[in-house]
Amino acid sequence: MEHPAFVHHAVLLSLVLFGLGTLGVFLRRNVITVLMCVELMLNGVNLAFVAFSRAAGTLDGQVLVFFVMVVAAAEAAVGLAIVIALHRTKDTLDVDAFDLMKG
Amino acid sequence: MLELQTLDMVLPFAILLLPLGGFVVLALFGDWIKKDKEDAGAGYLACATVIASFGLAAWTTARLYGLMAGPSGLRFSQPYLGFEWIEAGGFRVPLSLLVDPLSCVMMLVVTGVGALIHVYSLGYMAHDEEKVRFFSYLNLFTFFMLLLVMGGSLPILFVGWEGVGLCSYLLIGFWYKRNSASAAGLKAFVVNRVGDAGLILGMVFIYHAFGSLDLVDIADNAGSLAPEALWQWGPVTIACLLLFVGATGKSAQIPLHVWLPDAMEGPTPVSALIHAATMVTAGVYLVARLGPLYHQSETAMLVVAVTGAVTALMAGTIAIVQTDIKRVLAYSTVSQLGFMFLAAGVGAFGVAVFHLYTHAFFKALLFLGSGSVIHAMSGEQDMRRMGGLRKKIPWTFWTFLVGTLAIAGIPPLAGFFSKDEILLGALVSGHTVLFGLALFTALLTAAYMARLLFLTFFGEFRGGPDAEHHVHESPWSMLGPLVLLAIGSAGAGFVKIPHIVEPVLRLPETAAHHVAWLPAVATLSGVLGILIAWYLYLSMPDLRASLASALRPALRVFAAKYWFDDVYDAFVRRVVVGGSDTLLWKRVDAGVIDGSVNGIARAVSGWAETLRPVQTGFVRHYALLILAGAVALVSYLLWS
Repeated sequence: MEHPAFVHHAVLLSLVLFGLGTLGVFLRRNVITVLMCVELMLNGVNLAFVAFSRAAGTLDGQVLVFFVMVVAAAEAAVGLAIVIALHRTKDTLDVDAFDLMKG
Repeated sequence: MLELQTLDMVLPFAILLLPLGGFVVLALFGDWIKKDKEDAGAGYLACATVIASFGLAAWTTARLYGLMAGPSGLRFSQPYLGFEWIEAGGFRVPLSLLVDPLSCVMMLVVTGVGALIHVYSLGYMAHDEEKVRFFSYLNLFTFFMLLLVMGGSLPILFVGWEGVGLCSYLLIGFWYKRNSASAAGLKAFVVNRVGDAGLILGMVFIYHAFGSLDLVDIADNAGSLAPEALWQWGPVTIACLLLFVGATGKSAQIPLHVWLPDAMEGPTPVSALIHAATMVTAGVYLVARLGPLYHQSETAMLVVAVTGAVTALMAGTIAIVQTDIKRVLAYSTVSQLGFMFLAAGVGAFGVAVFHLYTHAFFKALLFLGSGSVIHAMSGEQDMRRMGGLRKKIPWTFWTFLVGTLAIAGIPPLAGFFSKDEILLGALVSGHTVLFGLALFTALLTAAYMARLLFLTFFGEFRGGPDAEHHVHESPWSMLGPLVLLAIGSAGAGFVKIPHIVEPVLRLPETAAHHVAWLPAVATLSGVLGILIAWYLYLSMPDLRASLASALRPALRVFAAKYWFDDVYDAFVRRVVVGGSDTLLWKRVDAGVIDGSVNGIARAVSGWAETLRPVQTGFVRHYALLILAGAVALVSYLLWS
């Protein structure tokens, strides 16, 4: 059992990371940066998982982190492939340049 | 001693499948058989299958009689190939036939008369370019008709029933390039649908009452049902009346008789085979086959008898004023079918089948004879342009004379015996009015047939010198069947069909009646009818003119055929066509159905127009919505 203060700080940090990631997703215009911000959000979540796992004394949270990391790796691979495709079609990586879904 | 063998299971199916095989071969390889226009190969093949079928039917009949005389005392056999046609829950229809004396009589009539008509068609259709199509239809018809009379249960009978209706349609409209022919085919088909609806509903009621549609089951169990008195509307009465609606359609009884006279648009052999000898008698066969059931319902019996008698009289009066030789015979057929239903309605089911059997001979003979006349006249059908043909086509004349005397009921020809028994049945059953009608109709029958005979064969030729020069006797392929049918018409009455058929029906025994004066009176009515026609048409034509002016109102009614066609026409035009046009099409279809479909589409498109700005196409807006959704969900889970 760790000291409650440690869990408190760890969760606070993960919240900050998640918030930074979210803000980045909404505010940055470069697609690669947006992808990196998504990674930041995922890692913020990972940190919370690990902290809660230590606090609860079980391994469940840590196992879940591995899953998240695998998904994050796959997402990065697919995401970068999409980025290359986007760049080839429009010669830009500005997210606002892609609005084909407009109704 | 004969025992039931595999042969008895297979032979009846062979009878059925021969004509079907002929049809399939002609339909698939017809063009290959038909090398040139005059080649008659298709006709020979069609004749061969039907003649072979007749041979097998005779063999089957002989075997059945051997089995009936044998130690097992078999009354019938139900050939069954071991599989079901329909199996759904408790409802099963095995693919089985029924061979008993009744179906044997029908089988022999269908294949026997049918074979003669096939042979006749060889000559009659010799110059037609579409012989292959014609003979394939004839073979298909023979198959369906055999299925109808041999079917072991009502659904199988119904398949044959619909099949002959189809073939009737195809053959009436055989010369489809003539508008009147295709219209007549359509009329026959549509009118028959009305009757068939009744037949299907009747089967439903029978299944409800018996839990089975097997003909043997129905005959066995009908006696155990409670008899229903006059005007008592039990299930048996309703079932019988519905089935009778089907019978009136197929057998051209009032009020569904209107299609048969128009059916004369088909080639004459078709009129002889389908619209005189076999198909139109299917209704009589149905009523006779279900005789035990009809016997339980007084109402149904009365309706059958009255319909038959009234039809016989009305059709007889219309026949008197027709000028087309085939239309006289068509109305005569309607009238004779009325006689058969009268017999069935007074409880003499065996006699109905007897008249069916004799009628098949003499009416086929008369139709084929009229075909020979039309052939001789190069297609002319109006009797007013004939006359004096007796010397020019003697074979046709003499055979036609036999047929006329047979239908007029002159002893000892076939018609005398069966008509006499019908009159006897009506008399002993106590329906005096119906007996009177029937006796008068017998006189009418003799009169209109004698009129036809005198107009066609006696007096002076009225068709002009050109037509007179062309008159020629028909080839032997046509005269041979005429002679054989004339022999049949003369001798068929000596086979006592009622004694053969009635045990099948398992009705309670009734004492045999004899009314000594009846044969004399019946003969007298026939002779009187012929004499009246003789006086009016040969001896004293002046008298005819004055009589015609005296009877003008009545003759006008006859000539208008009691306005049945006009009433139906008005009904169809006003109610069906008019109602469809103004109400069903313009209101219901265009208004309600199209309106609701278009309304839904319009609503959807309107809403879509309102909602489409939500889709901005920017990724961050979608991401924002996802985040908002996630926050809302988590908040709900945390604080609810």
